[in-house]
Amino acid sequence: MTAAVTPATGGTGGTSIRTPERSFRRKKQIGGRARANMLLGYLILIGLALIYIYPFLISISASFKTDAEATQNALSIIPDTITFAAYERLFGDVPFPLWAGNTLLVSVVVTVGRVFFDSLAGYALSRLQFRGRTAVFVAFIAILSVPGVVLLIPRFLILQQLGLYDTYGGMIIPLLSTAAGVFIMKQFFDSIPVSIEEAARIDGASTFRVFWTIVLPMARPALVTLFILSFQGSWNELGHFIVSRQSPELNTLTTGVASLVSGQLGSGNQYPLQLAAAVLMTIPVAVLFFIFQRRIMNTTAGAEKG
Amino acid sequence: MAVNAAPRPRRGGGIRRGEARAGWLFVTPAVLITAVFLVIPIALALWVSMSDWNGFQSPLNPRVNFVGLENYAAITVEDGLDQRNFGTAVRNNLYYVLLVVPLQTIISLLLAVQVNRAALRGRGFFRTAFYFPSVTSTVAIVVVFQFLFTASGAVNAAIGALGISGPDWFNDSTGLIHGLLSAFGITQPPAALAEPGFLGISGWEWIAGPSVAMTSLIILAIFTTSGTFMLLFLAALQSIGSEIDEATLMDGAGPFRKFFSVTVPMLRPTLFTVLTLGLIGSWQVFDQIYVIGGGSAGGTISTPAFLAYRSSFVDLQWGQGAAIAFILFLFIILLTLVQRWVLTERTPRKRNRVAATEKIAANDSTSGGLR
Repeated sequence: MTAAVTPATGGTGGTSIRTPERSFRRKKQIGGRARANMLLGYLILIGLALIYIYPFLISISASFKTDAEATQNALSIIPDTITFAAYERLFGDVPFPLWAGNTLLVSVVVTVGRVFFDSLAGYALSRLQFRGRTAVFVAFIAILSVPGVVLLIPRFLILQQLGLYDTYGGMIIPLLSTAAGVFIMKQFFDSIPVSIEEAARIDGASTFRVFWTIVLPMARPALVTLFILSFQGSWNELGHFIVSRQSPELNTLTTGVASLVSGQLGSGNQYPLQLAAAVLMTIPVAVLFFIFQRRIMNTTAGAEKG
Repeated sequence: MAVNAAPRPRRGGGIRRGEARAGWLFVTPAVLITAVFLVIPIALALWVSMSDWNGFQSPLNPRVNFVGLENYAAITVEDGLDQRNFGTAVRNNLYYVLLVVPLQTIISLLLAVQVNRAALRGRGFFRTAFYFPSVTSTVAIVVVFQFLFTASGAVNAAIGALGISGPDWFNDSTGLIHGLLSAFGITQPPAALAEPGFLGISGWEWIAGPSVAMTSLIILAIFTTSGTFMLLFLAALQSIGSEIDEATLMDGAGPFRKFFSVTVPMLRPTLFTVLTLGLIGSWQVFDQIYVIGGGSAGGTISTPAFLAYRSSFVDLQWGQGAAIAFILFLFIILLTLVQRWVLTERTPRKRNRVAATEKIAANDSTSGGLR
């Protein structure tokens, strides 16, 4: 995900994009060669877009096919016979609803926790004077470069030591804060003026009260960014749930669907079943993406001008 | 990165009273979680990598012995299966990096340049189409790719229409370079390449190239990451603006000339960011290999990240698994340090923050198990 930036600039990201109409008119004056170029550009783009979209389309279509047809007639986009068998199996033989429930629970708690803890820490590092602040910030910066994949074994070891292995606690708590989230929030608070808080503080409000009632509402753009990143990240997380649990009741969508691919349930040519699971698990993230897509894609553009 | 709050005069307590306490209180949850679930575990794993712990009871129980660098030696310098497994994983990942990094950079740049065309209608649609694979879960993408690349699947049906019979992608362990050589009748290594070499792998095996199975994973990686990197390029292109574009066209430069002598040089900082992020991310590939099963295709899709997992959790050789993870850790940190050093040395101050932000932005997608 690429929405992580100083979101103060996020809102203005769009305005700097040259309006298409204006440039279009100018191009016209340049003449026929430019127009031929443009047509060629469109053809290239449409071809590329097909390569990116077609796999998803035939996957959705194949989830409504029979096993035999999905294997024999993979390319066709309209099934000969439409069947919901794969979806029925997902809600019958396969504990798909359980996986979805676990993923939802973990993602919601992780997202709420991360947004709260990271903004608390980001605010303190940006605004509050305390001894050791610089050291804490430098430590977070250093931790940013720890590659996630080498944490698999260490995380398992500590969860086992603490007796949290194979519990919801073990799946959730380690994900509740990330250095990247703290950094995003700190950068954001650095970018908004301090005067309003000062006024409230003079009125005698406590630090937490100032933070909760005045600062957080102003930080909405950054909070939304962090919310999207966290939700998408924990919804799609696989590695941590491989090493933090083992009982089937704690399977998330990612570990569950992965077991469909390698386990007995999904062996052979039961592509419709696997694809139906993939389609369903993608829907929430896709919805989130389409709701926030302007922000997700424009924040990067905005950051460039920061 | 300096602390930037302007120094304010302290008027004996006043409104700043209790601030130090609040400051620590606010950072405590984040610091605690990071310390307990990141810093301490890494220390614990460092101990395990130097011990003979076999997975039973606690790694801190008194019957576990310190064995020094034995585990590290077993995978790097001592002849044997463990060394060959590690060597093979390094080779596999090396070819993966060599293909993924340049290809994803070129393709994402191409997508960005096309989408950025000033006159483009439907820019939003194309941007969405290219970016969407980046937000979906790797597990779902792997399911889709297994379906597409199965022996009788869509990809083979499509290239079959061109009269080419496709391989059984995810199960084919033939190295691409070996395949190419066998087309010239070379199926046996020359004597010089048959002996076990670096990391216990013979020269012949080193030059095998990525297997067909690994090639499918390379395509998968490019498919999922090019959207993220396209956005980075797109942002950079938009900051260049179309005036320069038009000025160059007026000067009579053709589109290719313009691209290589104006656009690419101006994108150099972003290009560097994308290349290094790609490099860092491609050495961490794990999720897709786990889902497919790293033992398949004759071991040609196993990577160090996956091998670390398998040695520990499946083979119960925790010491070796942790040792592999640490070697990978040091290597990636080294790459990151080089990247940060170059970014701070080369780029003017104003761009520093942008670079840092870009890094974080893309890092989330890449380290999320770089697809």
